[in-house]
Amino acid sequence: MNVRPPMKKLKVATTSLSGCFGCHMSLLDIDERLLELAKLVEFDRSPITDIKTCGPCDIALIEGAVCNSENVHVLRELRRNCKMLVAVGACAITGGLPAQRNQRDVGEILQRCYVDMPGAQGRVPDDPELPLLLDKVYPINEIVRVDYFIPGCPPSGDALWKYLTDLIGGRMPRLDYQSFRFD
Amino acid sequence: MTDIPNSFNLDGEPIPFEPGQTILQAALNSGHFIPHLCAHPEFKPHGSCKLCIVVVNDRTGASCTMKALPGLEVQSDTPDLNHRRRTLLQMLFVEGNHFCPGCEKSGNCQLQALAYDLEMFNDHFTHFFQPREVDASHPDFFLDRNRCIMCELCVRASRDLDGKTVFGLAGRGRDLHLVVNSASGKLGDSAFAKTDRAARVCPVGAILPKEVGFAKPIGERKYDETPISQLAFTCDWEG
Ligand code: SF4
Ligand code: SF4
Ligand code: FES
Repeated sequence: MNVRPPMKKLKVATTSLSGCFGCHMSLLDIDERLLELAKLVEFDRSPITDIKTCGPCDIALIEGAVCNSENVHVLRELRRNCKMLVAVGACAITGGLPAQRNQRDVGEILQRCYVDMPGAQGRVPDDPELPLLLDKVYPINEIVRVDYFIPGCPPSGDALWKYLTDLIGGRMPRLDYQSFRFD
Repeated sequence: MTDIPNSFNLDGEPIPFEPGQTILQAALNSGHFIPHLCAHPEFKPHGSCKLCIVVVNDRTGASCTMKALPGLEVQSDTPDLNHRRRTLLQMLFVEGNHFCPGCEKSGNCQLQALAYDLEMFNDHFTHFFQPREVDASHPDFFLDRNRCIMCELCVRASRDLDGKTVFGLAGRGRDLHLVVNSASGKLGDSAFAKTDRAARVCPVGAILPKEVGFAKPIGERKYDETPISQLAFTCDWEG
């Protein structure tokens, strides 16, 4: 696909909140097109660069749902600093796998896993370093405003490439039928 | 008496019909797709999901319940109506618990297929995340109420074709739920059998056969390659 390089490289931040890193793996799955992407954008805060705080950016790609206080903090930081926020994958868009705990009480789950289960350690972890779990797991658009959504679990490398090049090229992003998936 | 031909216009195209047919039936019979979920050619129309919404002579209505009449001007595939359909789908998605990546129906599901075809990128509304009961008591079938969209197809199939009335809906509003006709309320204690028509009618993954799982892998399923709007005329109408 031909994308005219923008005058200035766009800045992109990425993060995985409560996700499995599958969406980031899909980003790597664009293979040699990564080199083309590197001509168009520069990565700011991202597991790819290991930069831990986010400066002013054009695009944020968010993988994963919001399940604890740290997720909320990171998501808000990216929203504040980025012009376009993109929810990537089932967890960011719908809560996905992490949200499967939402039908139960979080206290009961902790009690069951850490105290009641055979072989459990006998007490719920309470180290002050640990981020507090939220009562429920939330899709990111229930916490901040989200501009774009790329469905899939994970979206394929081709889907990500099509969507990103549309965004960077200033077109309304679309996915072809075979790339538009919830599974 | 003048002879008015039995034909109406759908998005500007003439659609022939047999007297007594609904707008949806006539459209599907002539190879024109109108999205629908609770309608099924074997059963009396139910008119509840409203996915089949059309504008007829400037008034909106459900095309699965409106009779075709000569000379009607019907609009269906318009940006406004497709936007409304997307909103209805989003409401269905947040009301239940639809975790497609973990659902055995994924790729064969009509709700999901319509969401694909209408490019529903997100669920828009706040998710209910309501606890809903799963019933695995039957030896051959699961009942997963998390995915039920209350279309009553199983209710109609069991009552009208199987003569059993295994299923019914109870409650109102967000408490509306599928109930099973047995002393314990469990499917395993009901008259339900795997040969029932009701076992093969669910458009989503709420009534699912056991021991099938992902025998046909994700990616090779009914709606993975071809949109439901193109398959509706060839598919076997089975859940
Ligand atoms: S029933 Fe359909 S929409 Fe619901 S989770 Fe299963 S595949 Fe997805
Ligand atoms: S179980 Fe399936 S067929 Fe029955 S009402 Fe629910 S969605 Fe419809
Ligand atoms: S298909 Fe007409 S209302 Fe459901």
